[in-house]
Amino acid sequence: MNRQRKPYVRPKYWNQPRMGWYEKAYVFEVLRGLAITGGVFMRNMAKWISGRKGALTTYYPEETRPDYAPANRGRHILTQRPDGRPQCIACNMCATVCPAQVIEIDAAFDPDDAAHPKYPSRFEIDYSRCVFCGLCVEACPEDAIRMVRQTPDFPGSDRHHMWSFKEELLNWQPAKDVAKPYPVAGDGSSGDKP
Amino acid sequence: MMQDLAISMLYIVYAMGMLLTVGALLTWVERKQAALMSDRIGANRAYVRIPFTQVKLIWLGLFHGMADGLKLLLKEDFKPKAYDRLAYSLGVWLAFVPVMLVFAVIPFGGTLDPGRLLPPLAEWFGGRTYPMQIAPINAGLLVVFAFGGISIIGAMLAGWSSDNKFSLLGALRAGAQLVSYDVVLGLTVLGLVLVYGTVDLVGMVQAQSGMLFGFLPAWGIVYQPFAALLFLTAAIAENKRIPFDLPEAESELISGYFTEYSGMKQGMFMLAEFIQIAIIAALFVTLFLGGYNLPWMDDRGFSLPGGQTIELAHGWVVLLQVLTFLGKVFVVCSLQILVRWSLPRFRWDQLLAFAWRFLLPLAIANLVVTAIAAWALG
Repeated sequence: MNRQRKPYVRPKYWNQPRMGWYEKAYVFEVLRGLAITGGVFMRNMAKWISGRKGALTTYYPEETRPDYAPANRGRHILTQRPDGRPQCIACNMCATVCPAQVIEIDAAFDPDDAAHPKYPSRFEIDYSRCVFCGLCVEACPEDAIRMVRQTPDFPGSDRHHMWSFKEELLNWQPAKDVAKPYPVAGDGSSGDKP
Repeated sequence: MMQDLAISMLYIVYAMGMLLTVGALLTWVERKQAALMSDRIGANRAYVRIPFTQVKLIWLGLFHGMADGLKLLLKEDFKPKAYDRLAYSLGVWLAFVPVMLVFAVIPFGGTLDPGRLLPPLAEWFGGRTYPMQIAPINAGLLVVFAFGGISIIGAMLAGWSSDNKFSLLGALRAGAQLVSYDVVLGLTVLGLVLVYGTVDLVGMVQAQSGMLFGFLPAWGIVYQPFAALLFLTAAIAENKRIPFDLPEAESELISGYFTEYSGMKQGMFMLAEFIQIAIIAALFVTLFLGGYNLPWMDDRGFSLPGGQTIELAHGWVVLLQVLTFLGKVFVVCSLQILVRWSLPRFRWDQLLAFAWRFLLPLAIANLVVTAIAAWALG
């Protein structure tokens, strides 16, 4: 038989762990490991007992992180004219551009408002599907929809409760930065004069 | 005798209540301690709402154990198609009951004198005293090992009868591991038997009540520090928890010998594991940490080194002893949980090599040294 099998040679690696008697004795290294984890335990325990939080975790619905970026794309708001009507003209551009198709708008006719007769009678956003891309804000020709820093805060056990309706979207009351003044009806101007 | 029966029933009720409560509580302790060790918060969402109000009691997540139990009770009792009916149902009980039975011989307090505790019943008891131990057997240590052996059968029956290759592998591993570590466990304890000259656990604890050189408590861990280390290692291996959890290795064997058990049957295996943490802690406390003894304490009260004595009423002494025992048990339980969440797992060959080529020679060496010392010191 010329089928001589070569003996198996265990390959040597450059980072082969080298263990001396100290490491091979298990006990000392095990004690060192236990001291590390036990130290972390004791430190966190002392923090909890003295009323501080021993973890970085945020209890989400009860607590929100204070360190969102100023430009964070959080929940949507609908801007308002000075008289409180939505600035939205129900053009459906945001609903069209929305990649997740979460915006639902019903347009209605308002004969009292000659400058903006078309307004949304229903404006709803489904936050269970919203991807917070901000395309609706960019698509809006009237600056009627914006996103604010605060998160929508819709934790719940039911996806049907994750809709935001027109009333909620409209309840942003800006002290300044009113988007556009309301044009005087019938003067023919486009409304961009102050 | 009615009196003996009454006291035994009292002890049994205490032991059952204590073990089941501790077993349930340890699931919470394990979660919370693991969370604290890794900078997390731990389970804290389960709550009990007070009826007709919106007050939700969370209590640091204590109700998660109840939620788990409820879930396990309400789950479908799924059984494998081809299984040995008798062995399948017997396996659960053989894994669970011996663990509880071990506590029968562990003394959880000093001597109870019911006549002094309850003067109206003094006549009925007639001055009888009882050691706080369910079964006053003078071969207590042997009983511990006997019941430890039965739980091996439980694991093997469970694995074999559920007709699943993972279960069978887990059972084989459980058998090999438990037998190996039982040898080490027995040999480490023999050193203590040489030191105290008895296998009666009450006698062992009473022998640990004094002081050594006036400042060291005469506990087993002082006489046999090495044996204490080996005992704890082997006992954690007996419990099949993480550094030694090869029989139920989740990554390889799903959950080992109880893969095919579901619902509360699986819960019984888990509960047995948690109760065994407490049992191991109780054994370790009894053998090495002086049981219910505190330094300078005896059955009458404290006798401090300055010649000062503090007399305590019998009721307070009993309460103090029981609480001391429980406190020590909790500390050792916490140590076991610390080990479980710190150390990585052994490989299977390493596990057996560790038992036979590392722990066993050390245990024998410890025994030999102890025997020579006991012979030399007379």
